[in-house]
Parts: sequence; structure tokens; C-alpha cells
Amino acid sequence: MSALTPDRRTRAEHLVALYPEKRSALIPICHIAQEQEGHLTDELMIEVAELVGVTPAEVQGTVSFYDMLRIEPVGKYVVSVCTNIACLLAGGEEMLEHVEKTTGTRRGGTSSDGMFTVEEAECLADCDVVPCVQINNRFVRTTTPETFDALAARLRSGETVTDIPTSGIVSRVERSVGLVADPEVVAQERSALRASDQKATS
Amino acid sequence: MSQLTAPKIVTSRIGFDDSFTLDRFLATGGYEGLRKALTMSPSEVCAQVDAASLLGRGGAGFPAGRKWSMLRKNDVSYLVINGDESEPATFKDHLLIERDPHQLIEGVLIAAYALQVNQAFIFIRGEFALGLERLQSALNDAYAYGAVGTKILNSSFSIDLVVHPGAGAYICGEETSLLESLEGKRGFPRIKPPFFPAAIGLYGEPTVVNNVETMSNLPWIISNGGDAFAALGETPSTGTRLFALAGHVRNPGVYELEMVKNTFRDLIFDPALGGGIPSGGRVKAFIPGGVSAPWFYEEDLDTPLGQGQVADKGSMLGSGSVVVMDDSTCMVRAAWRITRFFSRESCGQCTPCREGSGWLERILYRLEHGEGRVEDLDLLLDLCDNIAPGLSWPPQQTTICVLGPSIPSSIHSAISHFRDEFLAHVKEGGCSYA
Repeated sequence: MSALTPDRRTRAEHLVALYPEKRSALIPICHIAQEQEGHLTDELMIEVAELVGVTPAEVQGTVSFYDMLRIEPVGKYVVSVCTNIACLLAGGEEMLEHVEKTTGTRRGGTSSDGMFTVEEAECLADCDVVPCVQINNRFVRTTTPETFDALAARLRSGETVTDIPTSGIVSRVERSVGLVADPEVVAQERSALRASDQKATS
Repeated sequence: MSQLTAPKIVTSRIGFDDSFTLDRFLATGGYEGLRKALTMSPSEVCAQVDAASLLGRGGAGFPAGRKWSMLRKNDVSYLVINGDESEPATFKDHLLIERDPHQLIEGVLIAAYALQVNQAFIFIRGEFALGLERLQSALNDAYAYGAVGTKILNSSFSIDLVVHPGAGAYICGEETSLLESLEGKRGFPRIKPPFFPAAIGLYGEPTVVNNVETMSNLPWIISNGGDAFAALGETPSTGTRLFALAGHVRNPGVYELEMVKNTFRDLIFDPALGGGIPSGGRVKAFIPGGVSAPWFYEEDLDTPLGQGQVADKGSMLGSGSVVVMDDSTCMVRAAWRITRFFSRESCGQCTPCREGSGWLERILYRLEHGEGRVEDLDLLLDLCDNIAPGLSWPPQQTTICVLGPSIPSSIHSAISHFRDEFLAHVKEGGCSYA
């Protein structure tokens, strides 16, 4: 019985086929697995392990290193507020405090209605629109308390904001083709080119 | 006086709303550089990049041509593109990935052809969700167009390209850590030597790792010739470069400027660029190349924007991000926040970095919050000295990677120039700026 939904299982298998070694697909598959419930459950990590041919402990070991991979439940919307240097100079800390007030939860926590998880982020590389706020890894560019509150109200009312998918989804664009270059053809081409290259330079 | 006449090499398309689409790309000379490269021999392509003397745009500024030549004698297995832009206040690759993904793909294909690599990976920071979507869409279109895949653009060269999402770790910008992450492991930097993944890289095979901006320069270099690129700027800092300007300026943003021809003063104060400080205040300090770099001050404003020029003054151009702090900024707070970043992002392998960053962060916190003592200043410097002995620049290294020795930069800068401000925090029992 697969813990991943059938379509995600298929996507995961496609990912494994993209890499020379299966384990390289571990993090991309974790991103897909995380879409399902917003975080990685034990069952999901066991399935990832099976897919990439490592032990569940190795999956957990990798997962625990990365900020974006979560083993605890999160709210529907994860709000990340940057307080690093460029945002600090623009009131990032004050923005984070405001977001805590609006969402009714402290940094690191999830609101009781399960809507919002708030976290203090390190630099998100969008330092010309500050303080920088991301919701579910999308730059929402709400730089004032008022614009943030307006967006939060829309999300809370259940409105679907197309730019912001639910938590855990990183990319909504899938690869359309598998690997196409045949290794044997590649080896032949390479030796032919190399020979002509040497002729040209000698 | 600013010199803004240089051509836009990597940002020529970003003014278009649809700059990220294949249609716009093809309408503006897209994939022409690749077509030209495919008519040349791989060594001719390498010769053009050598002639351009293109310096890597990731932070270390290593010449791309030399990096490649270390490998070309043997078979290179993999090309890996570093798009894990996480150095605080650096946001130039973010722009290139989101706004001109095809240009990046074209650059990667040119490099792959020059190195005769048939498998390349583009590692993109996981937080760039839109960038990942745009790049994957662009790659799908490029495959359909025939620019990637088997016998690209009717040549005899084949290549596959994979977009790989990261998962949130600053350290994965360090190239050996990036390779570990790409192998599905914790992002632990590898022990050196070997100093370059050229010998032992991805899956233990020879690998080239290049930055996103470095790759994005290649289509122009091939189309216009390496000499045209080298004619811009001043050797060894040739061409243009993206400068990410942030902090206390009127117009923060990414600016493409000819290397060396402009100064930090031009960048920060020119009305067409930074536009000066909004409060009308003075520059108290600025960071010339990412938070790992030692700070500059008002008297350094006339330093030219060139790699050697900045290095001569004891700092680095690094990732090209400039953060301006005006005279309303508390230097203790700034140093504390930067140190906290390093403390959080230390991978934990080496004791000086793992323990040192945490201790430094806690001492700075207590200084900022009114619980500091006078002796804390010397304690801070002593701890910094344990991480990077001598506090020289470039720093001495006691750790596997350069994250550790980067930690003392801001602390040493702040204490050396603003000791009185630290003492005032002790005397007044807190911060008078808040």
C-alpha cells in the first residue's frame, strides 16, 4: 500500500529516472511527498527510502538538515518573514511582530485554526522589496502591515489566491520529457568530436 | 561620474513583461550564441571564454576559463550550475532565473558543449518557487524547440539538463556541499583537498560547478566574441557585473554595471542608480560584497567596483551585493543579526564554526539587550581569532569551508570602527537606537 497518492508515486518514479544515481532524487521526491499533507510523515519517508534505495533513517537524516523539509504538521499557509540584514534595516523585525499579531501565533508556531504557520526566515533574496514576506515560498511583496493584513484576510476567508498554492507545494510545473540522450550515442559523438577537435588544434 | 554606457549583457531582456518566454527570447536573439558555438570546435569556444577572462560571479571570483581548462584534458562527467543564491542581500541570480531562464539555459548548453558534457544539473534554491516553475517551463519549451536533448539544433551534440530544487540551506551554496545535496545527502562541505570538484565531484566523477550569472554571460560572449567582453572593464575584472543594492538607499535593486568604471559612490548616489540615502543622512558603513565581506565606510566610497580594487582595500566584491547602512543604524544590532544568520546556517561539522558562531551570537545579543560587559568586546575578538587566526583578510581557515572564517568579518569590522558604540551599549544598559 503506497503512502503516496498514485499520481505522486508516478511523478516520483519519473524523478528517480532522471538521475544517474537514484539517491539524487531524494530531495525532489520529498518535496512532492510533502505536498500531500504539508509535512513528511513516517510512512512517507519510508516510501521515499524505498523509492531511492536507502534506509528510512538515511531519509530522515537528510530531511532533518533542511529548513524546507518538515516532519511536523504546518498550517495551510506558511508565512516566512525575513529579518536578515537588508530587511532588518527596513523593519523586518517589526513586520514579524505584526504578522504574529495578525495570525494569532508566535514565530515557529501554527494558529489554532490551522490557517497560518509563522516563521522567521533568513535572507530570501528579494532585498529590493523589503521587508520580505513569503507565503508558501511565494514572494507576496506585502511590505506594510496594511497590505499584509488585507492578504491574510483574503486567505482566511477561504478565497483562493492563484499565486499561492497550499503549503508544501514547491513547483507546479512538471518536466515534460524524460532523459533523451542515449549514453552510447553520446559516447560515440564525444569521441568523434574530440578527434576533430585535436585535428583542428594540432 | 558614473559611466553607464556599457551594453547590457545579461539584463537586456528584463524590461519586457514576457522576458521569460521562448517567443520573446527567440525574438531578441535567443539561442543565436548557442548556434554559433555549435559551428565552432569545443576548444574554440573555450578559447573565447579564456579571451573574455570571465571571472566566476558566484563569490570567489575564480576565472571560469581556468576552471574549465583544469578539466578539459580528461573527460568531464558533469556540469552543475549553482543557483542556490543565499548570501544575505544577494538577489541577482533570483532575477536572472525568474526573468530570463532561457538565457541561463543557453549559457549552460554553451558551457556543456565546450566541456563536452552530456549531463548537466541546475541546482536552484528551493525558496525560489516561481523561479523553479519558470525555469522548468523554459526547459520544457527548450526541449520541444530542439535546443536540449538529442542532436541539439541539428548538430552532432546531445545533452540532458535537469532542474534540481534545493531545500533551504545556505551552506549548499558552497560547491562541495551543493554536490552532497545533489547526491541526496545532508549538505556537509567536503574535506579539502581536492580543492576543486574538478578531480572528484558529483558521484566521485570530474565535475565543473559554475554560478548562474557566469553562465548567463556566455551567450553574449560567444555572439560578440571574448575580446569584446574583455574590452569592457579593466583586466582582470572584465565585462559587466550585476550589483544587488539594498539597505538605506532610495532605489534598491539589481544594476548591471561595467566593472571598475564606476565606484561605490556612483552606485549608491547616482540618481539613475541607488539615488542616495532616503533620510538624507550619511553612509555610516556599507557591506561591499555580501555579509561574509569586511565592511567599508564613508572614506571607501570612491573605491572602484572591481575585484582587485576591493581586495586591495581589505575586503571582497564577493557576490556583488552592497548593503548601505546610514547613520541611524545600530552597529551592534547589525553585527548581531548577521552573526545569528551564520550561527543558524553553520552545518555543524567543525567545532570553531558550530560552537563559535553560537557563542558570538549570544554575546552580541546580551550587548544589544543591555546585559553586556566591557570585557565582552575583547572576548568577541578572541573568539573571532579562534575561528580565523590573526583576523587577517583573506582569513586564515580553521574549518572545512569558508563559512566559519566569514563569521568574524562583520564583528571585527563593527568593533574596530564603532568600539564607542559597543561601550555605550554597556554603559547605558541597552540600545539607544531602538
